[in-house]
Amino acid sequence: MAAIDQSKIRNFCIVAHIDHGKSTLADRIIEKTGLLTSREMQAQVLDNMDLERERGITIKAQAVRTVYKAQDGEEYIFNLIDTPGHVDFNYEVSRSLAACDGAILVVDAAQGIEAQTLANVYLALDHDLDVFPVINKIDLPSADPQRVIEEIEDVIGIEAQDAPLISAKNGIGIEEVLEQIVKKIPAPKGSPDKPLQALIFDSVYDSYKGVIIFCRVMEGTVKKGTMIRMMATGAKEEVVEVGYFGAGQFIPCDELSAGMVGYITASIKNVKDTAVGDTVTDDNNPCAEPLPGYKKVQSMVYCGLYPADGSKYPDLRDALEKLQLNDASLFYEPETSVALGFGFRCGFLGLLHLEIIQERLEREYNLDLVTTAPGVVYKVHKTNGEVIELTNPSNLPDPSEIEYMEEPVVNAEIMVTSEFIGSIMELCQERRGKYLGMEYIEGTRALLKYELPLNEIIYDFFDALKSRSRGYASFDYDLKGYERSNLVKLDILINREEVDALSFIVCADSAYERGRKMCEKLKDEIPRHLFEIPIQAAIGGKVIARETVKAMRKDVLAKCYGGDITRKKKLLEKQKEGKKRMRQFGNVEIPQKAFMSVLKLDDKN
Amino acid sequence: MNPKELELYIHIPFCVKKCSYCDFLSAPATEQTREAYMAALFAEIEGRAKDYKDRIVTSVFIGGGTPSLLSGDRINQLMEHIREGFTLAEDAEITMEVNPGTATAEKFTAFHAAGINRLSIGMQSAQEKELKMLGRIHDFGSFVQVYREAVEAGFTNINVDVMSGLPGQTLASYRDTLEKVLHLEPMPQHISAYSLIVEEGTPFAAMAERGELPLPEEDTERAMYEETIEVLAKYGFHRYEISNYALDGYECRHNVGYWIRRDYLGFGIGAASLIDNVRFQNGRDLNTYLAHSFACREEEQSLTTQEQMEETMFLGLRLVRGVSYEDFEKQYGKSPEEVYGKVIAKNVADGLLTVREEENRGRYLALTKRGLDLSNYVMAQFLF
Repeated sequence: MAAIDQSKIRNFCIVAHIDHGKSTLADRIIEKTGLLTSREMQAQVLDNMDLERERGITIKAQAVRTVYKAQDGEEYIFNLIDTPGHVDFNYEVSRSLAACDGAILVVDAAQGIEAQTLANVYLALDHDLDVFPVINKIDLPSADPQRVIEEIEDVIGIEAQDAPLISAKNGIGIEEVLEQIVKKIPAPKGSPDKPLQALIFDSVYDSYKGVIIFCRVMEGTVKKGTMIRMMATGAKEEVVEVGYFGAGQFIPCDELSAGMVGYITASIKNVKDTAVGDTVTDDNNPCAEPLPGYKKVQSMVYCGLYPADGSKYPDLRDALEKLQLNDASLFYEPETSVALGFGFRCGFLGLLHLEIIQERLEREYNLDLVTTAPGVVYKVHKTNGEVIELTNPSNLPDPSEIEYMEEPVVNAEIMVTSEFIGSIMELCQERRGKYLGMEYIEGTRALLKYELPLNEIIYDFFDALKSRSRGYASFDYDLKGYERSNLVKLDILINREEVDALSFIVCADSAYERGRKMCEKLKDEIPRHLFEIPIQAAIGGKVIARETVKAMRKDVLAKCYGGDITRKKKLLEKQKEGKKRMRQFGNVEIPQKAFMSVLKLDDKN
Repeated sequence: MNPKELELYIHIPFCVKKCSYCDFLSAPATEQTREAYMAALFAEIEGRAKDYKDRIVTSVFIGGGTPSLLSGDRINQLMEHIREGFTLAEDAEITMEVNPGTATAEKFTAFHAAGINRLSIGMQSAQEKELKMLGRIHDFGSFVQVYREAVEAGFTNINVDVMSGLPGQTLASYRDTLEKVLHLEPMPQHISAYSLIVEEGTPFAAMAERGELPLPEEDTERAMYEETIEVLAKYGFHRYEISNYALDGYECRHNVGYWIRRDYLGFGIGAASLIDNVRFQNGRDLNTYLAHSFACREEEQSLTTQEQMEETMFLGLRLVRGVSYEDFEKQYGKSPEEVYGKVIAKNVADGLLTVREEENRGRYLALTKRGLDLSNYVMAQFLF
């Protein structure tokens, strides 16, 4: 293959608010540049996990290379890097952006700028990317491109008058986008002769090739036989293959040099060795410094995962092991619970990440899981000066040993139309939000800024936000740090026995309220037994709320039409099935879903 | 060797008007449809009978729907077809269900002459308000008259249905209903006392969904139930099944047959059968039945030994006397303890089951009084 002219390469990504059409535009670009005919094209090539398609979001970064013959007669290589579209994966997004030289900003012609639009575009500008806007969905009856153009110029401050007006869905205006990619996105820089310096923006595990590193070469050249070293993790291996990304396939080539996007395989066994953001260099001719911006992945949300059927514990362990091969941000370690037996304490980037892992375990590995209430990582400062990072409420030291506790807080930005400002402010207030300010965007919409404790937003904040704004509010946040807070552990006692898996950490001010709601909820969830069951919420042994599940008094099929035995048997079978989905705790059988009930405390509101 | 026993069930799927709580297979129909149905029914009886020549029929139950909608002649024809096809035991119990809104003195005389010797009358309640709520087509006055006519026609074995747990019912009104039944002249020999179950798909279910069904509180409902046992006992009724009470010697043999798994053959749409441990059921579609009444058998299921054991337990436990150890051992070659030791021990410890010696009949495993209240909870544990 002939050497590639650096000036003919365009490395870019697409940033957008969720549902503004990012993936559809990516598909059109791939289709129009002739990589695939539309017949070969499966909708949304880049989102290749089933789950991604279903949820309409990108979970892992993906990349694809296509060739475009521009109007100037030249052929250009496009490397399109698709970035994850959710706030849980902000760090991954930032590394993908760092691999690009420019970005296309997609804005919905009807909805205009949303919270994620802003968050993502600022992220792109922070990485010194050249950003040009595209107005999508112009075929919608409610489309108002002119208003959106003005909004982009006013709010973001980038030129938008010549933004292509497109409909990615219907293939309108795509040519113009391709031309602007050539004209507005700069060619990469860097010298192929300098020491190797390549940025890892993702990696996947393949059972034949081992870990496949997705990278952007900033400086130097990498080819088969190069002894590479990951500068942060220290892993070292000899390169087996390099190549670039076809649609859904890896295409080997001779070398990757400065400015190129591609993959490297080197018989690496674990994605932990190829952390996103790390720098790949030539061990025999290393670069002076790693690329900036590397961060060790930190779990933000933890929960316990237990097999519903205790004997499936080894299966769950194997499944987690396999998932982790491809997902270095998934953390797990074994733990035991009195109520749930053997399981794992797992750490996730956020609640969405948790849900995705949970769903994949259930779907791809056919496991039936009991999930305990998710929580954040608290810092417990003990009186002896020791600081522990608490991921499981059951491990909270005795209150007498605690000097004080800290909880993670985030800076949140909420975009909302003015009529809902009141109710959203109220919501933030309820969730212990600290008001930071508000900016009006074109008269009818405002950007609310709040500081919020992370544990107040991980459960159902997003749902509450949507329901209180009739779906209009959008939301983005990033971690600010830790702040001191008055926190207590709320224990739940069922039939006078503490159920460890139901304990959670809560702000002291709302402990009584949450305890009361938790008892009410559990009263509905726990079926009546032969005896009366008290359900109590307690803080440090002091009961603050109580409900009672009354003893069973009647469970009988009074009129039983003699002949129809099958129907009666079905009824009894259903009853027996129901019991199987219960956890035996002392004398009490607790349904699996009760362990998640803490999440749904606000249902009745 | 004695010929093997058999019970017959005849389903008449017609009624004047569907009641608000009823989820049985029945509906109003024209005279023409009823005629066509009876012809199909007779054909089914004739067609099947030849396979059961070696059997002796110990009971016949004509249920519905509302069989008393039919004329005396029709019932007579039905009985003739049955007698032609099957060998009836001399003392066979032949029951027919009666809706008080559909019977007359003439009909009773004809039913009696046709060989019906037991009536089950759906009174349900003695309170007009409750009857109206249930969607019944009769009032209490007409029930009393019908009852008297039945007695005058010669019936000496009559069941009266009463229901508890009805919307708007109070302990006082239920007590009054019971008293009124017990003061009928003469007193009925059998009382079925059901507590209402709101079945899916019924008008009651829809009303409950909308919050328009004022069902009694649990405490009241339970008090009604306790009341039934106590009051009926005072008048000489013993409880022999979860919801059935009888004077000595008047237990419904046909129903007991279901619980001890005697073979039975069902005729008519949707009717179920159990023959030599095979369960089968006729289809539920009327038009199919009218076209091929003899060929609409569906869902045939040959029961495994395990399934037979399950049934022996969960059906037998409906009877207050329980399941006979001797019968169980004879049938399966194992004692109930060998098969269900753990379940029995647990439920005995929980006070829901008891093992007792019955005079001359050996050991029985039976539900305790609390066990009867929670019978589903106990029975479900006997499934494998």
